[in-house]
Amino acid sequence: MKIKEDRSSVWFQLIAHAVVVAGSILCILPFLLIVSASFTSNASIIRDGYSLWPKDFSWEGYKVIFQVPDEVLRAYGVTSTVTVAGTAIGLLLMTMAGYVLQRKDFKYRNFFSFFIYFTTLFGGGLVPYYMLVNNYLKFTDSYYALIWPSLMTPFLIILMRSFIGSAVPDEVVESAKIDGAGDFLIYWRIVMPLAVPGLATIGLFLALHYWNDWFSSALFINDTAKYQLQFYLYNIINTSSFLTSIGAGAGIILSEGIPSETMKMSMAVVVTGPILLLYPFVQRYFVKGLTIGAVKG
Amino acid sequence: MPKKYGFVQELIKNRTLFLMLLPVLAYFLVNNYVPMVGIYYAFVRFDFNTPLFRMDFIGLKNFEFLWRSGKLTELTYNTIGYNLIFIGLGNALSVTVAILVSEVKSKWFKKITQSVLFLPYFVSFVILSVIVFNIFNFEHGVLNTVLKALGADPVDVYSKPKVWILLIVVFYLWKSFGYSMVIYLAAITGIGEDYYEAAKIDGANTFQRAWHITLPMLKNTFVILLLFSLGTIMKGQFDLFYQMVGNNGLLYSTTDILDTYVYRSLKVTFDMGMATAAGVYQSLFGFTLIMVVNGIIRKINKEYALF
Repeated sequence: MKIKEDRSSVWFQLIAHAVVVAGSILCILPFLLIVSASFTSNASIIRDGYSLWPKDFSWEGYKVIFQVPDEVLRAYGVTSTVTVAGTAIGLLLMTMAGYVLQRKDFKYRNFFSFFIYFTTLFGGGLVPYYMLVNNYLKFTDSYYALIWPSLMTPFLIILMRSFIGSAVPDEVVESAKIDGAGDFLIYWRIVMPLAVPGLATIGLFLALHYWNDWFSSALFINDTAKYQLQFYLYNIINTSSFLTSIGAGAGIILSEGIPSETMKMSMAVVVTGPILLLYPFVQRYFVKGLTIGAVKG
Repeated sequence: MPKKYGFVQELIKNRTLFLMLLPVLAYFLVNNYVPMVGIYYAFVRFDFNTPLFRMDFIGLKNFEFLWRSGKLTELTYNTIGYNLIFIGLGNALSVTVAILVSEVKSKWFKKITQSVLFLPYFVSFVILSVIVFNIFNFEHGVLNTVLKALGADPVDVYSKPKVWILLIVVFYLWKSFGYSMVIYLAAITGIGEDYYEAAKIDGANTFQRAWHITLPMLKNTFVILLLFSLGTIMKGQFDLFYQMVGNNGLLYSTTDILDTYVYRSLKVTFDMGMATAAGVYQSLFGFTLIMVVNGIIRKINKEYALF
């Protein structure tokens, strides 16, 4: 029997489409604004303001950046290194923990889950943290200072735990155990392959966090050669001395005018581009990987 | 369970599992538990080069200064106020949109819009500040370009504190609702098709199905997200506020939260006593708040309590 769709369903479909389309437009407009501005001549931005389509098309922003690409490329290098290393290490450690914490024969799993979760409820605050990293771990001005603070979060561990719990049936683990496989072997050979959607999702979040991080640089890095890409961009936007130094490198004297407005926008595009390219590859795992179960085991 | 079966036996039996968990436990111990000792910084006269326990103990002096600065009430009010709005509106919006997206029948339409709605989550807060500046800056922002074209007077948004309450909420939602929407969407995808079929046969229309099946099934997900956001009720979205407002003192009355205040004390005004005291206040107040809320929830429904 075919169930007839009533009138309200038709309405619902209409509303759903309308709202979703409107939302999508709102989400994408600001991007267009930046991309458009990055291809607009500086004079046009100053005269007519920003617009959704370049009134006076120009490459000058990109030209200035890539005339002397050393600094941008260095910041790229820092961020890429940190992102790859941090994501790989964090992912490995968090999946191991997630796997252990969902094992029902692991007696203290709830205690340890709470040990991890408790850190979201209470902490020492920013100054003690700063002192820890700066004075005691002595990570200042090293890559460690950029990798260490974001390595893992309780939320991602809980997410991983519930993902493994639902994606890997207990019987699979049990039968592997009967066959004599050790716990680590089970994790590496059986759990990991089954957890790919979870790995992709959590890996993306971790990578995204590292890529977009500017705060670690702001706190712990004084050496401009170790600035992360986002913090480099932040400085370009907020301090004119950075602009002048780029301008000088590119052979532009300040009085002639660096195309500062359009250059900032081009920089924004250059900085965001790579992480957006990652999205399509992991997107198909997304909805699967984000299923969360309970915090309590 | 045998009485003697304790920690040591478990440690031996599951030693591989313990070893696999160890790095994470060690990380949280060093990264999160050790700094709790640093709460003591709030009770000493700070000196950068002296080890913590050799600094002069000055009791509650730092807190006195903080209290006398008169900013505490405003900061607390702003921090909690914004967070409540974020939690309320954020969840309402993402649940609604998730239900609407899940109802859309065309597969490719669903896929594309879902990706687009998630896009703002990819943008860094530095870029977000660029976007905000693009739209609202006085000289050549989009808003004023449009206003001028319409013959109206341009507005200097960056000197109007009240407007920023709206702007911060709007941009928070813009940037982060896609994330929780996908989480809800995942939960909706997990609801069995047979529930809906049965409801259809009973004559429930789409609205009724969404209201009576989807919403109740999302309760679990909602509670977990709520749990995590309650834990951070005294912590603001530091990145959001700091990048959108920066060090623009004109806007502090409506946009300064505890996190931005602590950060400025640490990195801009170098007032360590103030920064540590504010940090400790933030932690303790937040923790007390959670314990109280949790106690209340426990009384009402034990199942939903945190612990």
